[in-house]
This record gives sequence, C-alpha cells and structure tokens, in this order.
Amino acid sequence: MTDTPKRTPLYDLHVELGGKMVDFAGWEMPVQYPMGIMGEHKQCREKAALFDVSHMGQVILRGNDIGAKLEKLCPQVFSTLPEGKARYGFFTNAQGGIMDDLIVSNAGEYFFVVVNAALRHQDIPHMAAHLDGVEVTEIFDRALVAVQGPSAEDVVGRLCPAARDLKFMETMLGEIDGVDCRISRLGYTGEDGYEISIPEGEAIRISRLFLAHEDCEPAGLGARDSLRLEAGLCLYGNDIDNGTSPIEASLLWAIQKRRREEGGFPGAERILKEISKGASRKLVGIKPEGRAPARQHVEIQNLDGDTIGEITSGGFGPTVGAPVAMGYVASAHAAPGGKVNLIIRGKVQPAEIVALPFVAQNYKR
Amino acid sequence: MTIYYSEDHEWLSVEGEIATLGITKHAADQLGEVVFIEQKEAGDEFAQGDEIGVIESVKAASEIYAPVDGEVVEVNEELADNPGALNESPEGDAWIYKIKLSDASQLDGLMDLAAYNDMIG
Repeated sequence: MTDTPKRTPLYDLHVELGGKMVDFAGWEMPVQYPMGIMGEHKQCREKAALFDVSHMGQVILRGNDIGAKLEKLCPQVFSTLPEGKARYGFFTNAQGGIMDDLIVSNAGEYFFVVVNAALRHQDIPHMAAHLDGVEVTEIFDRALVAVQGPSAEDVVGRLCPAARDLKFMETMLGEIDGVDCRISRLGYTGEDGYEISIPEGEAIRISRLFLAHEDCEPAGLGARDSLRLEAGLCLYGNDIDNGTSPIEASLLWAIQKRRREEGGFPGAERILKEISKGASRKLVGIKPEGRAPARQHVEIQNLDGDTIGEITSGGFGPTVGAPVAMGYVASAHAAPGGKVNLIIRGKVQPAEIVALPFVAQNYKR
Repeated sequence: MTIYYSEDHEWLSVEGEIATLGITKHAADQLGEVVFIEQKEAGDEFAQGDEIGVIESVKAASEIYAPVDGEVVEVNEELADNPGALNESPEGDAWIYKIKLSDASQLDGLMDLAAYNDMIG
C-alpha cells in the first residue's frame, strides 16, 4: 500500500466530466459527477450508466485443471464451468468465513478472475500459493468499464453487434472500434449490462464511444453503492467478511449442489453444518418505516428492546424512494414481515424485515 | 437585518433578538442530495456548539451545530416532507429554524459574507 492514491486509465476523463474524486481503497475514484448520485442511479435503472471499475483486480490464470484447483479455495463448481461462462464465487477461510468474493470466467485458453480492489494483495498470493502449477498474473495494463442499465445492450451492441447475443454471465472476446476487448454480460447493479476489459491506452477513447450514445451517462461510486444495495447484492467489508459465512449471508444459491454434497473446500465443516441445521444469524433486507436512513452499524432490536443484530449497509434507495438497508439478525427474527426497531442516533425507529432484493433484478438470461 | 456565517457553513439572519438559521449553498452542494432532516422542536434550548439537528444526504449524515446559544422558536416543518428543498433553496425557503438569541454578543464571533467566501475559497 502506498500513501498516494492510484489513478485508473480513465482518470483524465473523470476530471474532464466533472467527477468528484475521492480516495477509495487506495484509488482516486469519482464518487459522483455533476448529475448527482440520485440522477446517476436513475440513469442506470432507466437507460444506461458507465462506471469505471478499473480499481478492481483483473487476474489471468493459466495452467491445467484450473477450475478443479480453484474448487480447493472456493465452494463453487468451476471444474465444469463451460468456456465462455462466468460464475460468482468466493474464497472461504478455514473457519467458513468469506475472504473475498469474485467473478471467475472460463476464457478458454485461460481463466479470467476479477477480485475486489482492496483485497488483491491477499487474493493474488492466496491463489499463487494454493493453485499448484497455475500461473497467476495480475493484469495492470487494462481498464475495466461497466456499462449497466436497460439500454446497455444498445450502447455496447451498436459498437460490437456480437455482444447483443451474450446472455447473463457469458463472456467473449470482441472488437470495439478495432480494439480487442473482453466483454462479459454481468455487473453489480441489478441491471442488465456488461463489464468490458479494455487496453489502458484505448480506455478513454472507447469509453467516449459508449458515452456518445444518447442513453449513456457516467456514474460514480455513490450510485454504484445505492444500486447494488437496492439489488440486494453484498458489499465485501460491509455485508460479508472473514467472520460471516456464506449461509449467514444468504449466499447458498452460489454454492452448487455437488459442493453442498461433497464439501472439500475451506470451512466446509461450518458451512455444511449451517446448510443442514441453519445459521444462528441471517442477512436480511430491512425497510425503515420512516424517512431516516439507517446506515452501517445501526443497532437492530426486537420489539422488547433486546439487541438482535446490526445494519451492515444502508442508505436512501433512489428507485425505492425511501431508505433501504441490509443487516444481520438472529435467525429467529429473519422471516420477512417481522417488525423490528432500529436505534438511530439514540431514537427508536420502526422497521420491517423484507425479502431481498428491494428492486427486482433485470438480467438477460 | 444582518446576515452572519459560521465555520460550520450555517447562515444566521438576525432581526432584533430573533435569528433565522439555515445552511449555506456551499454546504448544500457539498452534502449532495438531501433525503432526510432531523430537527429539534420549538421550545428546545441549546448552547453554542450543541448538535441541533442532522441532515442526511444520499452520501452521509451530517450534524448541524448551534452557532450561538438560544432557543428554537419555530421549526420549518416543510423540510420533513421535502428535504430536497435544502438543495434547491438553502439560503431562502429552506431555512431550518427561527431561534431566539440568548447572547447577541456571540454574533461578533461569526463571519460576514466576505469572510465566509474567503474561508470557502
């Protein structure tokens, strides 16, 4: 870690577009543009928004049986991940906690992995140490740009028609105005869209081509956070971390059947036990009844005033038009419809446990 | 009527012993879109430096600190239903309180517009 925040290949474009730059995980990133978080959020839900996610770690894995080897670190099935497919997963630790979440793509000749910005220094040595015979290479010379929203297919597809035919969680190499890019149909906003890995020297030029579409505007980290929260997607460091198990975090859907039956991943003892017997706490959606946003670390009480949990992510949901939050509660209180109290600045604010997501996901399956 | 400014980006428009208090446009711009305000009630007394409310934007929660000693005599109730007014008209319709000053000499410690503009650069 250095003290000076790093800049992505899109830095000059952010400044030109009026991005308000902040230090995020050691990177100088736009939290918002002049449109503002609320407008950028709605832009993404209604049309299309372009996000710079180049701060995330892009890693290439080369070698034999990479998928099978990854299964020693993750409770997902990767050995049979078909070429051209991507899958959400996470590294677990021996205690069954989540070390990081990631996207693994089978690119044919190699595997392409994207990890969280703040955890690349953990994840890359972790893979290098445990994936025997696999060459682990972090890519530093490519930007990663997300184009998200219902118009994303047209924004990307008019420059690369083949990208229109991709389905959710599929990946391809495609040419955009003469530049070889990795185009993956996925994202973290709950909307349809793409993440596109672009050679750094071409990143601003290609981003401008996306932004030239009348439906596409730049959006910053602020909107990215409110979008993923409404979509019920976990943020590492807030909603999941080394102490939270995937079962507590309601991520059972991301553990495929064979792994639930066979185990064989770090922390399997705890995770398999929680699959069969249940976890003591669960990540749930929480809808404050008033207008006060409930942010991270707000205490959750039952109606008798006993502490039953804590908010892990919360804020105002621009599409919902009201505050939204996620947090852990004791499993006895996790059923949707349950009434709880939130203690916000010492005041009791009523809230309800709700099913996630707050806004239906809009993927192209 | 004289308008004073605080280091916490509040304005205070004083007429006699009553002052109208709000946040500056600069503060509103820095906060981003306001989605919630928590206000004191009429009759509440406070001392200089006390927290007298909270403004929540899409980004974060920010406290309002009392620039002087006083008592709330009127609350702008409109803001509870339309917190976004704090972005649209922070130095006009979206005033937050009318307060009764306890010690008018404290106003001498506040800034005038020129000094405030110098502070925010």
